This record gives sequence, structure tokens and C-alpha cells, in this order.
Amino acid sequence: MPAHDVLIIGAGLAGQRAALAAAETGATVAIMSKVHPVRSHSVAAAGGINAAIAIDDDWTEHAYDTVKGSDFLGDQDAIEIMCSEAPQEAMHLEHIGVTFHRNDNGELDLRAFGGASKKRTAYVADITGQAILHVLYEQLMRFHNVVDRFEEWFATSLILDDDGHCAGAVARDIRTGAMEIFDAKSVILGSGGNGQCYRPTTNALICTGDGIAQAYQAGAPIMDMEMVQYHPTTLAENGFLITEGARGEGAHLLNSEGRRFMEDYAPNKMELASRDVVSRAEQTEINEGRGVGPDGQGIYLDVTVVPKKRILESLREIVNIGRDFAGTDITREPIMIRPGQHYIMGGVKTDVDGRTPIRGLYAAGEVACVSVHGGNRLGANSLLDTLIFGRRSGEHAAARGKDMAMPSAPAARLREDADHIASIIGRERTGRRISEIKDELGDTMNGYVAVYRDEEGLNTALGIVRRLKEEAAKAYVDDHGTVFNQDVLSAIELGYMLDGAEATVVASIERKESRGAQFRTDHPDRNDDEWLKHINITRGADGEPQISYSPVTITRWEPEVRKY
Amino acid sequence: MAEFTLRLRRYNPQTGAPPYWEEHTVELEPHRSVLEAILQAKARFDGSIGIRCSCRAAICGSCGVRINGKPDLACHTHLDKAQRHAEAGVIEVEPMGNMPIIKDLIVDMEAVHWKKIQRVTPWLIAKQPVPEREYIVPKETMIDVTQSMACIQCGACVSDCLSMEVDPEFIGPAALAKAYRFVGDPRDDQHFERLTDLAEDPHGIYDCTHCFMCIDACPKGVAPMSQIMRLRRIASRDHGIVDRNNGERHEAAFVSLVRQYGLLNEAELLPRSYGGDSPLAKFTPRAGAELASSLPSIAKALLRRKVTPAAVLKPHKLAKTDLQQIKRIYDHAEKDPFELNLYITGYDEDLAGAEKPEAAAASGAVQTSAESGQPGQTPGESPTR
Repeated sequence: MPAHDVLIIGAGLAGQRAALAAAETGATVAIMSKVHPVRSHSVAAAGGINAAIAIDDDWTEHAYDTVKGSDFLGDQDAIEIMCSEAPQEAMHLEHIGVTFHRNDNGELDLRAFGGASKKRTAYVADITGQAILHVLYEQLMRFHNVVDRFEEWFATSLILDDDGHCAGAVARDIRTGAMEIFDAKSVILGSGGNGQCYRPTTNALICTGDGIAQAYQAGAPIMDMEMVQYHPTTLAENGFLITEGARGEGAHLLNSEGRRFMEDYAPNKMELASRDVVSRAEQTEINEGRGVGPDGQGIYLDVTVVPKKRILESLREIVNIGRDFAGTDITREPIMIRPGQHYIMGGVKTDVDGRTPIRGLYAAGEVACVSVHGGNRLGANSLLDTLIFGRRSGEHAAARGKDMAMPSAPAARLREDADHIASIIGRERTGRRISEIKDELGDTMNGYVAVYRDEEGLNTALGIVRRLKEEAAKAYVDDHGTVFNQDVLSAIELGYMLDGAEATVVASIERKESRGAQFRTDHPDRNDDEWLKHINITRGADGEPQISYSPVTITRWEPEVRKY
Repeated sequence: MAEFTLRLRRYNPQTGAPPYWEEHTVELEPHRSVLEAILQAKARFDGSIGIRCSCRAAICGSCGVRINGKPDLACHTHLDKAQRHAEAGVIEVEPMGNMPIIKDLIVDMEAVHWKKIQRVTPWLIAKQPVPEREYIVPKETMIDVTQSMACIQCGACVSDCLSMEVDPEFIGPAALAKAYRFVGDPRDDQHFERLTDLAEDPHGIYDCTHCFMCIDACPKGVAPMSQIMRLRRIASRDHGIVDRNNGERHEAAFVSLVRQYGLLNEAELLPRSYGGDSPLAKFTPRAGAELASSLPSIAKALLRRKVTPAAVLKPHKLAKTDLQQIKRIYDHAEKDPFELNLYITGYDEDLAGAEKPEAAAASGAVQTSAESGQPGQTPGESPTR
């Protein structure tokens, strides 16, 4: 039975950074992921990573931009930590081998990004996430004798001991179907967001919010779940991401009149206003009949205004995506995009060291909510979030384990999980297919819990999600084997997604104001008097979501009117 | 919407039955991907179909398979294109080659891919002292190594590597491309050591046979073979590394023979590979030993009339004017070696003369500011196919 000081579930940027940080202190570390680490969704992060490293920049400006971007819902103590530690983290990445692109002087080059008052985004072409993820994995290979890797292992549950402390996890080896208990003094969740609750989404098929649901089921509060980011530029065709780097390099957004409509919504920042603002502007243009394309549901992104050499060296990936997935050569013609689900600001509530209210349980990255993103995340702040809080979680968890005996996680949980999997496999073929339920969930969330929301639609969504939960409990699977039974895992993932989606709908109904990514057409204004607070959701004794509130931490920036 | 028939290679290790083919017909728009077709079959008909996949956008590298016999990402291959290359209108999907099959389309990449990656010391060995801020390095170098950083570790190149088929211990295209990422990185302190290691390894850089299969297979334009050739050039030209496998001298023999004759002179290749350009080359003991061990191959070649005794004695040689052209190519390449790279394109503005953009004008809404384009391929055509 594996036993480690620190067990990390999820091997994207947050998980790998946590593993390396914990290992550096001499702790024994295991990192587990349901996919090979380099397949993690961090690989898709394109544009870059924010850090105030320019001579004329200062971390406080970065922090203010982040606070403003969050529509003042972000916790300012956490934002100060993230932004002040950003330059050092960026340099650390550079020193371990990330191939950040340079300016003519050979220094790190910086590009413009949404919601930022200065050029602050370091980048590797438009494969920044991939470059950082692969370099961190290089480090895991380097320290292979210190960090144990469990690749293609699927965590099924967190284990709490009699005192309610997290003592490990149960996991299934996907390749063999064997179940195993992992003892650990501390567990760090780094397993990402749940974008697959939406259809379409920029998120990968693996982004099913496993960690959010596992922590929720273990009793941890999840916070800011109503804040779901729609990215302004996703491919109209199928929802794939077109990096904000395109607009950072100067690309325009055009409506059916060929006009840069952002001048009506954000005259100062234009296309580089924060994402919630740009997505709403696009949706308004579409709703008012100025969309493009056969059904008028698109907007043009015109990258042709960027010099071609610059496109080919710094936006190569979206040239590929345009060519391969939309049949468009972006160096010659505009490409049709629209707002699409991209990121969830909410997640497992943590403090600035990644600690959740459950002792021994940590979370970092998209699975977590510190909250540094509040109502809306700035582009290129997510990579930063994963690395800063991944590192801090790893360090803190390792230190915590120093004077602790290795817990022996109760074995009952393994039997329960094994029985649960057996019962899914044994279900009669009378219910619905997993894929049908998943599709209906995605369409429902994208229909009613999107850029514009209202009470009636949200209530409809809640009714559907609750019905789907019942149907999911009876859905059947085709695969009855143990080797790479992806079918049964997708049934478990569907349960995770439904938990997360329910929390998002409940919180969206609860927040009767418009802030950041949540825009309620029936409550169109921000209301600081009543709603300058976080909504927390916990699982009640009856299994139903319970609502509570926590204050927003304000250190130096009082809420003000937000204009771009 | 159109109908497409998929023929999937299925294998379940738990039944004891051998692999078999299974057909499913799906309905999708022709520009949708083979992955979407497989996922539709999985969603509608049989949830037990095994395939690794995640991002659907050719970034995560999970869904490497063979489609109609050629390796690619399932998400990166359009159905209509796959249909055109399909026999009898049925799109055949099977697992990648050179790797053990775990289940259906899922292969074990550990031994032939990840262990090889680990083999090339795949992390930066940074120059000391580490600066307080970033290393100051030329802008072009970072853009240059981006081509090998763009590798998504999908294994498509490994699947069809012919050298690896013959020598399973060959380090292979993906891992050697990864090695270039450090040799091309000015922050790395061990270029010479890395190159010596890779040249001296009998399964290293000189084990590649220039077959171009990996360049053809790569969905990301990494061009692994080109990276291997660059490793060789840097090893020999910049570091003067002469390896015990005779790889460097063998390559030099090719160069000198073509310079001299305009064509390859097979009979002289072996002696020159050991003794250089000296007329006494054939008398070096190692050449003799190699010649002796090659006798069966030589006999076979004679029997099959690949070589004739006459050709051995009187090598073919190009006409004088043609030889001068060859010499001009040599002079040009040696004077101004230009490393082709995906990210460095060498021009800023579009070349004149290409057609005006049409798609945007046709949609009636916007006029683009780009005058004309010269990316070398039309939209929809991958650079690697």
C-alpha cells in the first residue's frame, strides 16, 4: 500500500508544481493523474503568464488590475501574494528551462493581454501552457527517484479519518482496474475545473470537476461557483479556444457592419477589456442582430491586421486551429468566433496556503477558489494561480507532515468504492446512456447558465439538473471489463459534473445582482451593499446543497465603478 | 450531414480472443474529425470502444492512431479527407505501430517512447552561475527551439519510424527532437557532452536512415528528422565529434562522393567511410573487416543486379556542366547554411502575386487588410501531408 507525506491528485501545472515544491523540502511525494501528466488540460493554456517584471511595472499595478478584473469579488490578501510572488516564479520557470520568447535585447518579451494596464504577459509563442507543463514534467523525470508518479490512476474518493482529517485517497489503476488505498499525511487536489458541464466548451474531455465534487462530498465548502467564465474568442464551429494573445497582438473584433463594436462598450481598452465585458459585448451584438455567419451567431476576429511574420512566430497554434478546424487561413481572412465556456472561477475554498477547511486537504489551481479571480479571471492569470498556489500548497503540506505519524487510512472506503463500481457495471440496460445525460447537461448549462442569466431560466436549469442526477444513478454502461474501462469512469465523472453543475446553478440563483461573469437580466446592477460577499455551498446531511456566505477580504482597494 | 463508415481495430485482452475488425456507421459533417466519429460510435453504440483522448484540438497528444494505415491524431484528421484515402469507402482506424497494444486503440508508450525520452537527459543543465533575472539570449534561439517544444509527445513519429522497426533500441525521432531542444538552447551548459553521448550511442543520432516517415507523420510540424540532422551537423561541424560508430565519417563520405561524382558511388562508400578521401582508404584494416562482414550483402546485390562489376570499376559520373551545378549548390549551402524552421519564416510582408482573399469578401461583411498570402499551403492542407 503506497504511503507518502504528500499525495497530489492531478498532474497539471498546479499538481506538478506542488510535487516539485514538496519534494524539494525532502518530503516523500506521490503524484497521481487519470491521464499521463503531459495530457493535462494545462497544456491548452495558450497566451502566457502574467508577472510584473518590466522595469516600469510594479506588482501593485498587476494586483489592482486583478482586483478590478474580479469585479472586486477577489480576496485582496491572496491577490497581493499572487502578484508580488509572480516575478520570482516567472524567473524560476525561466531558470529551469521554459523557453520564453525574448525581445531584441534578449530579455523576456512581454505581450499585451486583456484587462491589464501594461504589457505584462510572458509567453512561448501561443503554446505557453504546453511549454511550462512539459518543462515541469522534465523536472519530474529529473527527480524520478524522489517523486513517485502514478500515471493513469483515477482517484475515486478522499478518505477522512475518525477526526475528520484527510488521510489519503482511494484510486483505481485504469490499466488493470485494481483498486488501492493511498495513505498520505496530506492530500493536494490539483485536478482542474469542470468545463465539461457545458457544451460547447474550450475545456478538454477530462475536465469533469472530479476534485471539486470529491471535496464537496467529503464536506468541504465550494465557493464562487456561480462565476463561470465565457471566453470571448472560441471557434464558432466547435468551441475551440482562440487565444486572447491574438487580441494582445492587435487583432480586431468586428460585427456584421464591419465595425469595431468594442468602442461602444470599452472605449479605452477596446478588444482588451476584461473577458466578461468583451463576451457580454459580443453576445449583445449577436442578440441585437449584428452577428455574422449563416445563423448570425458569430463575430469576426480579424487577425490579418497583425504582421504575418509576427503571426507565424507567435500565433502559430491558432493558424493551425483555424486551418484544421475551421478551414480558415487567419493570416488572410477573419475567423468566426463567439463567446464560449472556458473557466470556472469558483472551486474548493482555500486559504493562501491552499488549505481547505478539512485538515490535511489542500487544493490549488482551477479546482480551488482562493479567491484570486473573484467574479472574473484576467487572461494569463490562471497559469500564475496554478504555479503560485501549487507551490505554496506543496511547501505547506510538506512542512505539516514533518512531525506527523503516517496515518493509516480506513480501508472501508475502498470496499465501498469497489462495490459502487461493480454496481454501475451491473446495472440493467433500462435507463439512459451516459452520453445522452451528459449532452443534455451541457446544453442546459449553456442555454440557461451562460453570459446572460435570469431567475426563470436558472430555475428551469435546476429542475433539469436534478432530474439528470436521478437518471444518472440508473444510467448503464456497455463495458464490463477491468482493463481501461473508460465507460465506467465516465459514469463516475458524470456524477462529479452533476454535483458541480448543481452548485453553479444554486449559487447563480442565490446571487441576485450582476457582477463579473454573472449577469442577471432581472438584476442588472452590481449591488455592493448586499452582495459584496462570497457564496459558499456545502453538502448538507440530507445530501442537498446548503448556502452560506463569507466576507470578501479588502486590503487597499475599495470597490469602485468598473469601466474599461 | 453525411454518413461515414468506420472500421475499428478492436482488441480486448481479457477475452483471450485475437484482435478483430468492427464497423460502425456514424453521421457527421464531412469536416468533422475522425475522433468525433469514434466518440459518436462510442456514445451511441458501444461505450466499450477504447481510445485515449482529451483536448480534441491537437494539443494534448492523446489520440495518436493509424488512419488508413498512416499515423496521425484522430482529432486532427477530417472525415472527408480520411474517406478519400479509404479503401472501399471505409475509414480504417487501428492502433499505432511499434508499440504493444493494451486495448482497442490504446497502446503502451512506456518502453518505446517515455523511456527513450528519459534516455536523452531531458532537462536543462543550466549554465552557472544562474543569473538573478533571466538569461540574456538571442531572440531567434528561443523561437528556434519552439519548433521542438511544439512536440506534444503523441508518438505518431515513433509509430512509423523504420529505424525503430529494425532496431527497437533506436532512441527514436521524438526523443532526439527533444534532445535538440537542449542542444539548441544557449542556456544549456552541456551541448558537447549531450552530442557526444548521442553520437557515440550505436542507437543514437547516426542510427536514423533519413526515411522522412517521422516528418510525414508529425501532426505539429516538429519535423523530428530535421532536428536529428541538425544534431548531426552541430556535432560534426561545431564540435568536431567523430564517433566510434563511424557515423560522422560515413556521412562525410556521402558528401565527398557526391561532390566528386555528382552521384553516389556505392563501391567507394565503404572504404571512404573508414579511410576518408585518401586513395589508400580501402587498405585501412577496419574497412577490410567491414568489407568482409558485408560480403553476403555485396553478393546479394550482385546477384540481384543492383550493382555490376563494371559499375564498381568505372563509377558513373555526371557531365561536366551538371557537376558545376552541383558544386554551386555545395558552395551555396556551405557559405550560407540556412536552417529551415517552422517558426522562423524569414519574411515580414506577403510576397506579391498571390490571389486576393476570397472567403471574407464572399461573406460580404469585411474586407481584410492582408493583400495576399504566401504561407505555402491552402487552408485545410496540413504542412505535413
